[in-house]
Amino acid sequence: MAQAKAIGVLERIGRAVAAGMSELGFGAVLLGQALMWTLMGRARRQPVRLSAVVKEATDIGIRAIPIVTIMSGTIGIMLAIQGIYSLRIFGAESKVTLGVALSIVREFGPLITGILVAGRSGSALAARLGTMKISQEIDALTVMGINPVRFLVAPPLLAALVMIPALTLYADFIGLLAAGLYISVELGQTLAAYGFDVVDAVQVPDLLHGLGKSVLFALLIVLVGVINGISVTGGAEGVGRMTTRSVVHAISAIIITDMVFVFVTTR
Amino acid sequence: MAEPAATRRPPTAAELEGIPLDEREAVIEVENLVTHYGDRKILKDVSLAVRQGEILVIMGGSGSGKSTLLNHLLGLLKPTSGTIRMLGKDITRISEREYTEIRKKLGVAFQGGALFSSMNLLDNIMLPLYEHTDLDRTTMEIMARMKMEVVSLSGFDRLMPAELSGGMIKRAALARAIVMDPRILFCDEPSAGLDPVVAAAIDDLILSLRAATGMSVVVVTHELESAFKIADRICVLDKGAVLTIASVPEVKANPDPRIQNLLNRRTEEEVLDPEEYLRRLTGESQS
Repeated sequence: MAQAKAIGVLERIGRAVAAGMSELGFGAVLLGQALMWTLMGRARRQPVRLSAVVKEATDIGIRAIPIVTIMSGTIGIMLAIQGIYSLRIFGAESKVTLGVALSIVREFGPLITGILVAGRSGSALAARLGTMKISQEIDALTVMGINPVRFLVAPPLLAALVMIPALTLYADFIGLLAAGLYISVELGQTLAAYGFDVVDAVQVPDLLHGLGKSVLFALLIVLVGVINGISVTGGAEGVGRMTTRSVVHAISAIIITDMVFVFVTTR
Repeated sequence: MAEPAATRRPPTAAELEGIPLDEREAVIEVENLVTHYGDRKILKDVSLAVRQGEILVIMGGSGSGKSTLLNHLLGLLKPTSGTIRMLGKDITRISEREYTEIRKKLGVAFQGGALFSSMNLLDNIMLPLYEHTDLDRTTMEIMARMKMEVVSLSGFDRLMPAELSGGMIKRAALARAIVMDPRILFCDEPSAGLDPVVAAAIDDLILSLRAATGMSVVVVTHELESAFKIADRICVLDKGAVLTIASVPEVKANPDPRIQNLLNRRTEEEVLDPEEYLRRLTGESQS
């Protein structure tokens, strides 16, 4: 009896691992196909339309500006408060700019942007593709001779690869500005002096560190959204289930990838 | 050497007139098609042919395999074995790129319309032209509006799919299916869920399209009245096997009880093996 139970548990673990590997493989194929259509689409008389990429870029990037502004500004102020509190123990409040600037550019800028875009656009992509699948719109594309990866996956992927790093830079700026305003009020430092400290503290490799992560996050958000959207079964309930799954998976993947990236590049 | 069917100019309706069905060239030939979902055999050695200018109706009860067969014809599923020759090419063996070229000569009207919810009606109908031709937008709009006129949807360019009635969705799906002037039109349950008047109008539309263009039409339906009205021949499927492919009078006269049950809307009495019955009760036998 106990043996049968153990085998049952092992079987479930095995199936989950196999399903995970299958999704990873599917993601790799999707990425390869999307890049292939981007590069070769014109030669095959099925180009990835610029208008579709611009539309996606507007959804992913421009429409996210208000929420990214609020969140990155809030985090900037929060980091400044915590930084001053911690450093006051050693009487080193004046060094707060170094910690805040590096934390925002290397970590919080890309992370908060990734999480926000995953919540907004990754879930919307999963829901849209899921709805299209159950209403046979994806089948309709296929039978019209329109490759669904070229039509539905390549535009958001290209848009995310451009807009998420751009949003990350914007989040860095807003976070640093908000932190600077707080620090200037709290410590009586001028905003100009704070600006010079930031420029001294943040080097090009720090910026590239944050941007590199944001590119990886862009890939993860789109691929996780597409995989979950395409996997929808069971009508409206299935769409809801896979949309939730998409957000959870994308945010988890972002945080884990962030840790691995930091581990590999920082130690 | 004869030119491949896929590239040859299709005969017009006038050229086909007077030529018996059996003497016309086949645009679709299915031979010994077998397919499985897991361990279950869904299609069992299905063979059929669709001729130029013919309307073939595929009929059968729920679970008879007609939707699976249609999905195979559309290249959405790969069979376990067998061949499907579409406009002279075996679509089970050609590359996706070759099949894309054939797909440009097919039109498909899905059961639920499958209109893109983010596009208005005109953009939906224009999409195949936009993707497959180099025409300028004005020309594409004119061509799309001509098809909208054919299906009596003139003036509804800017409506979104969510604003359309069931009958309008079916007609819009037909307009999109014919916008590239296909050689073969596939219609999945074209009159299902519509009131009798609108359903009859859809049937008339399919007949008039065939008469005007000479295209071949494959219709999957379980609506008897519609099938009898439009079909040149009917293919009756039961449990994944073809029971008959014949003209409407021949199908009506067929003594096979399974066909008569379908035509007379009678449920088939199931002869159940006691052991199988026991397995079902205990949940050991799951379909």
